[in-house]
Amino acid sequence: MLRFTVKRFFGAIPTLLVLMVLAFTLIRVAPGGPFDSEKQLSAEIQERLNAAYHLDEPLWQQFIRYLGNLLQGDFGPSFAYADYTVSELIATGFPVSLKLGSLAMLLAIIAGVAIGTMAALKQNTRTDYVVMTAAMTGVSVPTFVIAPLLVLVFAVTLQWFPAGGLGDWRNLVLPVIALALPQIAYIARLTRGSMIEVLRSDYIRTARAQGLTQIEILFHHALKPAILPVVSYLGPATAAIITGSVVVEQIFGVPGLGRFFVQGALNRDYTLVMGIVVFYGVLIICFNFFVDIAYRWLDPRVKL
Amino acid sequence: MTGVSQQGHSLFRIAMRSLLSSKATTTALALMAIVVLLTLAAPLLSPWDIDSTDWDNVATSPSIETAHYFGTDDVGRDIFVRTLYGGRISLLVGLSATMVSLVIGVFWGAIAGYAGGRTDQLMMRFVDVMYAMPFMFFVILLMVFFGRNIFLIFVAVGAVNWLDMARIVRGQTLSMKHREFVEAARAGGVSNLNIIRRHIIPNLLGVVIVYVTLTIPQVILVESFLSFLGLGVQEPMTSWGALVNDGAALMESAPWTLFFPALFLAATLFCFNFIGDGLRDALDPRDSAGES
Amino acid sequence: MTMPLLELKSLNVSFAGRDGITRAVKDLSYTLKTSETLGIVGESGSGKTQSVMSLMGLLPHNATVSGKAMLNGTDLLALSQSELNRVRGKDIAMVFQDPMTSLNPHLTVGAQMSLVARRHLGKSKRDALAECRLMLEAVRIPEVAKRMTQYPHELSGGMRQRVMIATALLCKPKLLIADEPTTALDVTVQAQILELMCELQTDFATAILLITHDMGVVAGTCDRVLVMSKGECVEENFVEPLFATPQHPYTRALLAAVPRLNEVNTELNQPTDTAQRLEARGLEVTYSVDSKRFLAAAHQLKALRGVDLNLIAGETLGVVGESGCGKSTLARAVLNLIPSSAGDVLLMGESLQKLTTKQLRAMRSDMQIIFQDPLASLNPRMTIADILCEPLDTYHPNLSRAEKLRRASIMIEKVGLSPEQLTRYPHEFSGGQCQRIGIARALMFEPKLIVCDEPVSALDVSVQAKVVQLLIELQKELNLSLVFIAHDLAVVRQISHRVMVMYLGKVVELADRDEIYSSPRHPYTRALISAVPIPDPKIQQSLGFAAISGDLPSPLHPPAGCAFCTRCPLAEPRCANEEPPLRAVGRSMVACHLAD
Ligand code: SF4
Repeated sequence: MLRFTVKRFFGAIPTLLVLMVLAFTLIRVAPGGPFDSEKQLSAEIQERLNAAYHLDEPLWQQFIRYLGNLLQGDFGPSFAYADYTVSELIATGFPVSLKLGSLAMLLAIIAGVAIGTMAALKQNTRTDYVVMTAAMTGVSVPTFVIAPLLVLVFAVTLQWFPAGGLGDWRNLVLPVIALALPQIAYIARLTRGSMIEVLRSDYIRTARAQGLTQIEILFHHALKPAILPVVSYLGPATAAIITGSVVVEQIFGVPGLGRFFVQGALNRDYTLVMGIVVFYGVLIICFNFFVDIAYRWLDPRVKL
Repeated sequence: MTGVSQQGHSLFRIAMRSLLSSKATTTALALMAIVVLLTLAAPLLSPWDIDSTDWDNVATSPSIETAHYFGTDDVGRDIFVRTLYGGRISLLVGLSATMVSLVIGVFWGAIAGYAGGRTDQLMMRFVDVMYAMPFMFFVILLMVFFGRNIFLIFVAVGAVNWLDMARIVRGQTLSMKHREFVEAARAGGVSNLNIIRRHIIPNLLGVVIVYVTLTIPQVILVESFLSFLGLGVQEPMTSWGALVNDGAALMESAPWTLFFPALFLAATLFCFNFIGDGLRDALDPRDSAGES
Repeated sequence: MTMPLLELKSLNVSFAGRDGITRAVKDLSYTLKTSETLGIVGESGSGKTQSVMSLMGLLPHNATVSGKAMLNGTDLLALSQSELNRVRGKDIAMVFQDPMTSLNPHLTVGAQMSLVARRHLGKSKRDALAECRLMLEAVRIPEVAKRMTQYPHELSGGMRQRVMIATALLCKPKLLIADEPTTALDVTVQAQILELMCELQTDFATAILLITHDMGVVAGTCDRVLVMSKGECVEENFVEPLFATPQHPYTRALLAAVPRLNEVNTELNQPTDTAQRLEARGLEVTYSVDSKRFLAAAHQLKALRGVDLNLIAGETLGVVGESGCGKSTLARAVLNLIPSSAGDVLLMGESLQKLTTKQLRAMRSDMQIIFQDPLASLNPRMTIADILCEPLDTYHPNLSRAEKLRRASIMIEKVGLSPEQLTRYPHEFSGGQCQRIGIARALMFEPKLIVCDEPVSALDVSVQAKVVQLLIELQKELNLSLVFIAHDLAVVRQISHRVMVMYLGKVVELADRDEIYSSPRHPYTRALISAVPIPDPKIQQSLGFAAISGDLPSPLHPPAGCAFCTRCPLAEPRCANEEPPLRAVGRSMVACHLAD
């Protein structure tokens, strides 16, 4: 276990480095410097500004500096929100996004696995077809279509839930559902496929020959191997939910990181946008790492 | 050469036969053909142009009389025409970006798989690193920094999606390399080039076709996502994602502006996914055991 | 006359498939008494497995079953799912063919066994585990406490099958169904398992229904035998009369096709030319296996540890050994399909190691290979014509397509198929036919040497005999040299002039075929020969399955000294230190200190 953790930790370093280099390069090659928008500045002020922001140093030194600051959680100042640093903005936005994202993820896993298992047990019946067609639709209808539709039906027409903003749990219902739906659909399809394969396997036949009941077989023998593919999908699922949150926060007016990102992108707030990318990148890498550990812990055939 | 053409033929036949044997996939194929034909024939079907504004009919609901079959938006543009033209862009981006990822992915995966050893490890390590990147964000950054260039969309999206293709092709090549018929060919003095050409590629084809079918909808999704955020194609051009974005703003006053583009987008994605699934059942070697 | 334990009355099983209804079992009736062993024999597709699966309610959904199966007076086929669940595992238990896939890889041995004990014996978790431990001891598994916490992949094949048997016997069932329980195992392990089953039967007074394709297994274990063909019972009798005076022509044909270790019924080619076709000297092959330890160097697995062999024109060298002995590696190393780490191979006096890639490619037409899995060795996307013409495309690219096809038709007739079949794809053929096509492809090269890597082990016995006969005839006609690799000693004896026995990457004995079978000198050869069940109940039941104990040591860490010393019944202290050289003893070559 420890050996694996150490190994994966060192394995993550190149990934992180690539992430930083990409981020840094993008900042540097992005057309226009940070002070372009300001009024024409005299050469002297320009120089002083450059010195203040270390733009006069060689590139590699700037990169090291950038890295060093990053490691201390300093993403630099925001260009658009004049009085804020990027770190402060992330600190305000992230808790909101985290709440939304983790709720959506939880819902997606529970509902997806349950629906997929049900469809697998009723394989090739009407229930199966209906559920799986619904799941296929769920995979095919993008979040940004589902979200407005949910607003239209449940907020505008039925007025069951508010259309967005922050507040109590009722404000969260629609965004969480919008965020979770495509993942529920995907996880359901994944679970159904792997569950069917597991149920067909020789060792389930053995369990049936031993007179174990359907429930015992499902919970003791089948569930663990059947959710392995779901576990390895959790990494991509996180990425998808983060991406989805960009849209969902925009539509429901939730002041999370995703919304900052879109605003930042439209305002050309390079440091903010970059900061969010790096932040999420690190988050995803860490999450993948935990998923890997979970997978190895679940599957005894893979040695730690 | 006869050999290759016969194999292609037989593969195609197997695929078509299995697709047409199920009512559901036949319907999906037909539906997709209709969507494609409609987008191609758009100028013939409506008197309106993509950016012509009809000031007499601003935000009117669908009607046959005014020839606004899907209604108009808040500046009097015809939704029917815009949906079909937008479809052209979405489908075009879907196809071309998939081709980009196909070329890179097959190339990368086949080399890694066939070379094996250290080369393979290095190449796949790179893919792993890339996998962990929050790519969607980088694509968005690219769009922000370098402007909304449709060509850039192709490249960006294709560059993201090749990873899956590379992994799949590499896995298949690797397992194929140890299959006995490839060993037999090596024992028979067939050159490496001919082994790849005659034995490996034809057997990879099925899987590649399946994943191409499944990649196209993903790419369309990415493009519409970007367009939805206002980072994709630019006026006067449009795409389904951009239309859905416009429609979402008007959904209370003119819901048809949201409904029709969303319907087309969802139906197209659904058909592609459905056909891809059907093809996978028919062609994927892992499932073919159940065939006999 | 007491009531039989199990009585089957006109059992019918059919499957609804794409091409209509297939009847897998037709009108099958039999009875089984308490603590009796009934063998059900048949080739693949005979319906033998389906007939017992229907008793257990384990058939797929598209199956229809009719008839009666009375177990102690209750009709198994009429039970509801929950009633059946009370019978399965308790009154009837089952052991399956492949213990690797039949045990849940995600649960420890203890966990999966105790589920059964808790379900049927109503025990607490603790008692259930204790019960499992006792049962594992009963099947003679060493270090029971440790095994309970291990996962199936951490056990050897024989050990896994013991776990299966222990689980099956947990509830002391009245009937044990064993479906090909030893087919996936090596002969020496098979012998251990069969012996264990016979013993446990007496201890537990369980009736056994043994499904197998192996007449030898039947002869040694069963009281009565039922022969099935195409879903029907063609003959049923007590084991001795069935073997002595088979009534039905199918039974007779089946018995005739079984290769026997104790008698030979083939006539081999008489080699005339004594020039060496193939020679290997000190051949070694090393694979590197990734270490599971962090930062540790990769392990070196020595699959071949110095093998010498030679072969003259028109001769067959048989190579036998259990899985892991390096025989498949030898096949590939001889043909230079994998690089060897030491030693040399000479084909007609030319050293293959010294050739350039181009020269080697030119030489390849002289040496061909036939594989174990006939279907996998044919490219599924090529027609038979393309497969057979590929050698000509490579070596005679100037021939016209018509000429190539003409040669392909001649060849396909030679192996017993018809030229009309050239346009078909491999999956349209049966296993035996695919193997014939594989042979035809090898012959298209007009080779001097063919290495056959387990060419018949995937085939039914009757098909096996025909393919072996075909190879013998082709050898006579074309003066081929063959290296014939197999784990089945009886088959090897039918076709080989000389036989080489391998153990952990080394040759332990080499002798003429009659010599090695009539007076084996190496203890391992003796163990191998005595482990092979003989299809004759009189001999087999008097012999028992006396064999060596234990499993093959890991090839990663072969024992020092004599490789066989961990399992050898004769081992002496020096065996563990000194490696015995291969030396001439009588008319054989033997690597054992004690051979004389
Ligand atoms: S050398 Fe010793 S251990 Fe090896 S086979 Fe001979 S007697 Fe047995």
